[in-house]
Amino acid sequence: MIRVLSATGMLGSGFREETLKRAMALEPDFIGADSGSTDPGPYYLGSGDTHFSDSAYKRDLRLMLRAGRAAGIPVIVGSACTAGIDAQLERLVGIARDIAREDKLQFKLAAIRSEPDRGYLKRKLKEGRITPLANAPRLDEGVIERASHIVGLAGIEPYIEALGHGAEVIIAGRSSDTSIFAALPVMRGCNPATAWHMAKILECGAACVVQRKYPDCMVATLADDHFVVEPPNPEYRCDPVSVASHNLYENSTPYELIEPSGVLSTVDARYEALSDRAVRVSGSTFTKSERYTIKLEAAELAGYQSIIVGAVRDPVILRQFDSWLAGLEKACKDRIRAVFGEDIEEKYKFHVRVFGKNAAMGPLEPETAIGHELGLLFQVTAQTQELATALMKSVGHMAVHYPVPEWSGLITSIAYPYSPAEIARGASYRFSLNHVVEPASPLEMFEIEYETVR
Amino acid sequence: MKLWQVAKLIRSKNSGPFELTFDVIMKDRATYEKVRDANIINAQWFARTYRLRPEVVSIINYDAAAAIKITIPRPTISGDIDDNDVFGGQQYGPLVDLEIP
Repeated sequence: MIRVLSATGMLGSGFREETLKRAMALEPDFIGADSGSTDPGPYYLGSGDTHFSDSAYKRDLRLMLRAGRAAGIPVIVGSACTAGIDAQLERLVGIARDIAREDKLQFKLAAIRSEPDRGYLKRKLKEGRITPLANAPRLDEGVIERASHIVGLAGIEPYIEALGHGAEVIIAGRSSDTSIFAALPVMRGCNPATAWHMAKILECGAACVVQRKYPDCMVATLADDHFVVEPPNPEYRCDPVSVASHNLYENSTPYELIEPSGVLSTVDARYEALSDRAVRVSGSTFTKSERYTIKLEAAELAGYQSIIVGAVRDPVILRQFDSWLAGLEKACKDRIRAVFGEDIEEKYKFHVRVFGKNAAMGPLEPETAIGHELGLLFQVTAQTQELATALMKSVGHMAVHYPVPEWSGLITSIAYPYSPAEIARGASYRFSLNHVVEPASPLEMFEIEYETVR
Repeated sequence: MKLWQVAKLIRSKNSGPFELTFDVIMKDRATYEKVRDANIINAQWFARTYRLRPEVVSIINYDAAAAIKITIPRPTISGDIDDNDVFGGQQYGPLVDLEIP
């Protein structure tokens, strides 16, 4: 029997200290947490910034490390600080060192690196060992060179390697979410189908409960042919539908989970209520793949942006909004050409988002009615922040006084909430890979460094 | 009747930065089977609404959760400069008021 404690769905998003205490009383075999996501977009992979603050990471990691060391069980965190690049891994390792020093903890730490060498990836590309996944952008050497960062999503093998070396705390760069939770059970001989399915349910913490009101811990208990999931928080409960539903989340099919070493199929899975809050899951199968593959993620610079936020309230303008906006956009572009010259055309992109009309769905929006006011978001993208800001200054002045035929005399047609109107948004990135690579071995791309932290 | 009246959850979300996935989870098994068997949520409706070819629309009936899952290529890559919805979380609007016979 193996018991798994997932501290939270995303390190830094939090969990209740009281729930962790209850979960620790159940004597889990390890504490895991995912720290990564591509959900908030390419910025974190591109820039190395983190989704949560150091304080938020430290609060969660401190409670996990204290609990793990007190019980003598491993603490495993994957996809450090959002994107799992080396700098983010080092940041989280640094936080772990600070906690150890402040709380007088001592442990053997393994840090797993996930940023492969560019030369290695170019060789793999030449050998035809990088293949696209669904809807992938085009790949050539330039994509590998241009990327700000490229990471590979580790499987369970680097974790098992580190655990085999006696690591008591593992902090990994980018990793498949499930590998964080499947590694130790598989290492201890658990049926891989049971381990991977449990990992899929647990990697989001308490997300598989009937009604998740706030992020919290989750516990699963594994036998060889089934696992039982039961929330340690007494306010929460799981039922067969809530657990089965979690397979839908962030996945293109609830029946399949593709991992580096194989594919989990939940087609024949059974979800049975053991009580009004515990669910027994069995019947999944795991088929080893013929080739071992590591998914790659990359982000490249798309440009620097300057934006202006404003609102239009005049009913006369709103009644002819589309033609007014089309005229305004043309006037802005003409003004930019007049100031910066003809060759500015290919050096910037100008885009206006209209809140209250189609800001969420863009050109796909089927609804045509608008309300009593509309929000405008002007966006200029250029290769430097200086240029983006300079262009936006021309846009801001042209836009705010753009006329309508019904009014004679100078009008001020947009309400700007800020002075200055333009806001430097900094670098904007673009996800540039959706591919898998075939390494020669599961460990080849993931260097592991050990240290004794005290 | 509208879809929101028989569903306990209608949502959209990225399935990675390159795909958009929709979940329609029904309140009860009987309604799920009715909606599923009447083929109300179909590739043609999705293709029309999201301006795609029907061949790229994946629709999966998930009996264990009384749910229907639809996955389409993302109209833009998540977070790219012309993207409107980084998480892909507000793309299900047109499904909410879909007519249920």
